[in-house]
Amino acid sequence: MLLTRKAEFSASHVCADPALNEAENHARYGANANPHGHGHNYVLEVTIAGDPDPVTGMVFDLRELKEIMNAEVVDPMDHRFLNREVPPFDCVVPTAENIAVEIWKRLERRIPGPSTRLKNVRLYETADLYVDYGGEDS
Amino acid sequence: MLLTRRYRFAASHRLNTEALSPEENTRLYGKCNNPYGHGHDYVLDVTVEGRMHRDGQVVDRQALDTLVSEQVLARIDHRNLNCDVPELAERVPTTENLASAIEDMLKRRWKLPARLAKVRISETAKNTFELETK
Repeated sequence: MLLTRKAEFSASHVCADPALNEAENHARYGANANPHGHGHNYVLEVTIAGDPDPVTGMVFDLRELKEIMNAEVVDPMDHRFLNREVPPFDCVVPTAENIAVEIWKRLERRIPGPSTRLKNVRLYETADLYVDYGGEDS
Repeated sequence: MLLTRRYRFAASHRLNTEALSPEENTRLYGKCNNPYGHGHDYVLDVTVEGRMHRDGQVVDRQALDTLVSEQVLARIDHRNLNCDVPELAERVPTTENLASAIEDMLKRRWKLPARLAKVRISETAKNTFELETK
């Protein structure tokens, strides 16, 4: 069974490779390369797979999941400039893809297996763009 | 990894097949068989699948937007799907057939370094059709 919980955070970022000049970064990332940054209201959907516990009837304790998502993602990223305040985005370009991978890494170590496992991280950068990441094999 | 990008277009259509009688068409398609047609604000989600490249992206958004804009939206946005879209000339412009036509339009010029994985269309907020492409 799958369980999905949603969270939101607002953050600013710049998508630019320091090895490229401003024109090259604009060619690659468009307006996302604006050096002073811009922001999004990110929407995160975390999906956990597992069988409901026979005693509690739950795949995963939603309150615990909320606390994990807050501690690992929302608290450190909400109302922050990702490039300047949230490692590893001081050296990793904070595209939606890279943010989804980072969120996966942070959550995976907090979700105990093998009966329950992190299944998917969906990150909406805007209502019109989202990425799905399901781990290294995806 | 999957990346999904949302687009919007408005189009009119009429559901009618010459394989059936007028009465049968009316019974089958109901209001959608209205001889003068009708329209929708469609929502198109294009999903691509691939590995992240060195630039931190599965696909270049501008390249994907240009492809969808030129190959799909320019052909169907603010058009009559029965009259204006050759890809649907021989097919009833149901959203199922429209999804298949959009897959064809995209694949004809697809040079992106990621696989086209899904075409999903919402005809209205209540009806959504998803095509997993091969």
